[in-house]
Amino acid sequence: MALAAALPVLYLAAAIGDDARAAAEQVWSSRTFGLLARSTGLAVAVTATAVALAVPLAWLTTRTDLPGRRVWATLTTLPLVIPSYIGAYLFVSAVGPRGMLADVLGPLGIERLPSLYGFPGAWLVLSLFTYPLVLLSVRAALVRLDPQLEEAARMLGKTPMQTFRTVVVPQLGPAIAGGGLLVGLYVLSDFGAVSIMRFDSFTREIYISFSSSFDRTGAAALGGVLVALMLVLLWLQSRVRGSLTLHRAGPGSPRPARTVALGRWRWPAIAFCSAVVLVALALPVGILVYWAAQGISSGLAAASVATNAVHSLLAAGAAAAVGALAAIAVALLAVRYPGFLTRTIERASFAGYALPGIVVALALVFFATRAAPFAYQTLGLLVFALTVHYLPLAVAPIASALVSVSPRVEEAARGLGRPPLEVFRTITTPLVAGGVLAGTALVFLHAIKELPATLLLAPTGFETLATDIWRQTGYGFFEASAIPSLVLLIVAAPPLYLLSEKGTITS
Amino acid sequence: MILEEPHSKARSGHSPRPHPAGAAVAALVAGALLAGCGGSSSEPGSGEAEPEREGITLYSGRIAPLIGPAIDDYEVKVDRDVEARFGDSATLAATLVEEGDNSPADVFFSQDAGSLGAVDDAGLLAPLPDEVLELVPARFRSADGTWVGVSARARVIAYGPDVGPDELPGSPLDLTEPEWEGRVGWAPTNASLQGYVTALRLVEGEDVARAWLEGMVANGARAYESNVPVRDAIASGEIDLGLINHYYVAEAKAQEGEDYPVDVHYPPDGLGSLVNTTGVGILASSEEPERALDFIRFMLSPQAQSYFAESSKEYPLVDGVEPDPELVPLDQVPAPEVDLTRLDDLEGTLELMRETGAL
Repeated sequence: MALAAALPVLYLAAAIGDDARAAAEQVWSSRTFGLLARSTGLAVAVTATAVALAVPLAWLTTRTDLPGRRVWATLTTLPLVIPSYIGAYLFVSAVGPRGMLADVLGPLGIERLPSLYGFPGAWLVLSLFTYPLVLLSVRAALVRLDPQLEEAARMLGKTPMQTFRTVVVPQLGPAIAGGGLLVGLYVLSDFGAVSIMRFDSFTREIYISFSSSFDRTGAAALGGVLVALMLVLLWLQSRVRGSLTLHRAGPGSPRPARTVALGRWRWPAIAFCSAVVLVALALPVGILVYWAAQGISSGLAAASVATNAVHSLLAAGAAAAVGALAAIAVALLAVRYPGFLTRTIERASFAGYALPGIVVALALVFFATRAAPFAYQTLGLLVFALTVHYLPLAVAPIASALVSVSPRVEEAARGLGRPPLEVFRTITTPLVAGGVLAGTALVFLHAIKELPATLLLAPTGFETLATDIWRQTGYGFFEASAIPSLVLLIVAAPPLYLLSEKGTITS
Repeated sequence: MILEEPHSKARSGHSPRPHPAGAAVAALVAGALLAGCGGSSSEPGSGEAEPEREGITLYSGRIAPLIGPAIDDYEVKVDRDVEARFGDSATLAATLVEEGDNSPADVFFSQDAGSLGAVDDAGLLAPLPDEVLELVPARFRSADGTWVGVSARARVIAYGPDVGPDELPGSPLDLTEPEWEGRVGWAPTNASLQGYVTALRLVEGEDVARAWLEGMVANGARAYESNVPVRDAIASGEIDLGLINHYYVAEAKAQEGEDYPVDVHYPPDGLGSLVNTTGVGILASSEEPERALDFIRFMLSPQAQSYFAESSKEYPLVDGVEPDPELVPLDQVPAPEVDLTRLDDLEGTLELMRETGAL
């Protein structure tokens, strides 16, 4: 399985091997470094923003008496279902210079809005549609957190603020780092949003090399740089995770935390939640509904949408199931048996996520046509590709859930005579169920909006919602693309709802 | 920091707390697995696809709304299936190169000559018979007879209502003048613009091409993702001029009516109205070369050629089929004589575009 996850990296190695000198020249050009700096800067800015949005939202929706807490929990997670390429396009048409908003403000004497293109647009869109990755992992961690530690700190005379800073935040470290890592890698590998926002990024360069110059070696060299960058990020994250022992040592299980009464801080809290939901969810969905209504009224046929939705569900559902199973194995190895080999396996699993979809897709084209021609362009291969691409999304939450389960519980069970598999089934699995659920849902949500691999590897004629959207927007039929986009949101929402509900079920 | 609590008091937890989430996971996983199994055994949806390989597999860089009806006509006429895989031309070309001899594709239908050239350079295209090649003027097919053009498009300057007819530049090369500063849009990642730059290098020389690219960048030309956003940006007033293909405007006018605020200008100089072509080729690895050839013959038949002329407002390439009457006829487009098959030095073009900051 580690081999499967490493296929994209092997492909890069093969492509670089074609002409190692040209590859080296490409890497050492000053342009490469400029782009790398730009992309890293964007990734850092987006990750910081995502954390800044997500941590307060997570706290408000798990630990306080915020009115409508469950509704906010769901609404603030939902932006994750909006693919960044659709989000970017919607923002350009809504608040771009001379967009819809400018049309509205025109009569008020405002001629032109400031341009959204470039860094600001890419930063805004990617932050708004990726912060739920941090939100989900932090919320899960908050729910798991043992309140006794906080109570002890309070009894020892710390103020609530001091307690939060010195006791709660450090314990959230692995969750913030895990979610932040996913956001950072997502930004590094994103192509849709940056190209629509006309932000010159590293991934855009890879796409250009691959697809307009057929420069496989150069593109692979750049892909290699991305993998190296990913290793640095993983190293940072492992330092956060590795330096802490976060599971309880004593027996028993934590009791739910006491709810914090917000008092008059309720109103700013609601305002904050509303602002996020308005910009990240209501605005884009509103535009989609408007377009869809226009499209339907002008007689657009939406006949194939149902079939495409079934295809999307099928591919993404299977990828989520396979991904979750594989991720449990990877996470278990990495957390319970830390060592060089298991660490390498875990890191290899991240390669597929850090690389742009087109690289993963072409890697599988390369290997499948040679090693497994019978499987080429079948549903099986597509599911395999989606799993390889999104495996880390499942590994991260499962690993952070495992970190907070004391191995002594398992040891005790084994000491009492249960065989290891039985222990895994009856003890470990229930304790990390939240993490597994989160991982499964995350893979599902990403797989359902994936594009490049689906276009190249799905069975011929197997249209999904994402390929339909691509087909329509590629030709400027935005009204027609609004219908499959909305269906995509509707189909993706239930697993996400399940995910955000989890917090309230357990608490 | 110590978070271990050896002496923390805790309730005697002999059983793990209830975990409804666990049941949910199980249900989700089981459901997805069932769905997955169902899928692999019965290939839903596209079910009737391959009982005994009755048709051909097409890799199409032209998207379904444009080419779909032509494929349908073909299927009806010859009673055969076409399995079409859509993607952008360059990505499909890259895919074909990775697939090599194992490609399931029989025919590659590309949006531009460059992608066909790349597949041809990898030695993956089979030669076409002369009777098919000769249906199309020599400048719209490959010199070694491996692909043939289907429809043509002209590079034009699209302009909005703020530009008077007498202001229009005679050549794209004039767009580096100060009067156009910040008013021009282009799509540097798009194959059509890159084809234009390649032609410029071939005909006017490397220095002219470099000076033009540098001038455009210095003049604040705005880069868009593709041609459609350039056109839409002119329509919304974001920019005044754009370098795009002729049919984007013709189509918008057909959809939105004649008062659509963008018009087309065929610049007479500086390779202004370069004409490029879409084209098809047969993969050398195809097991159905005869059927593949049939498909190409159909795409060059009067029926398909008129369809392209009417629906997407492109120029048909076969004798006897007329382009849309609203368009400047192909032989009157002030197009330079450029050997399209020589437009395959994309690498050199991209190198230059990168060096000048256009890409």
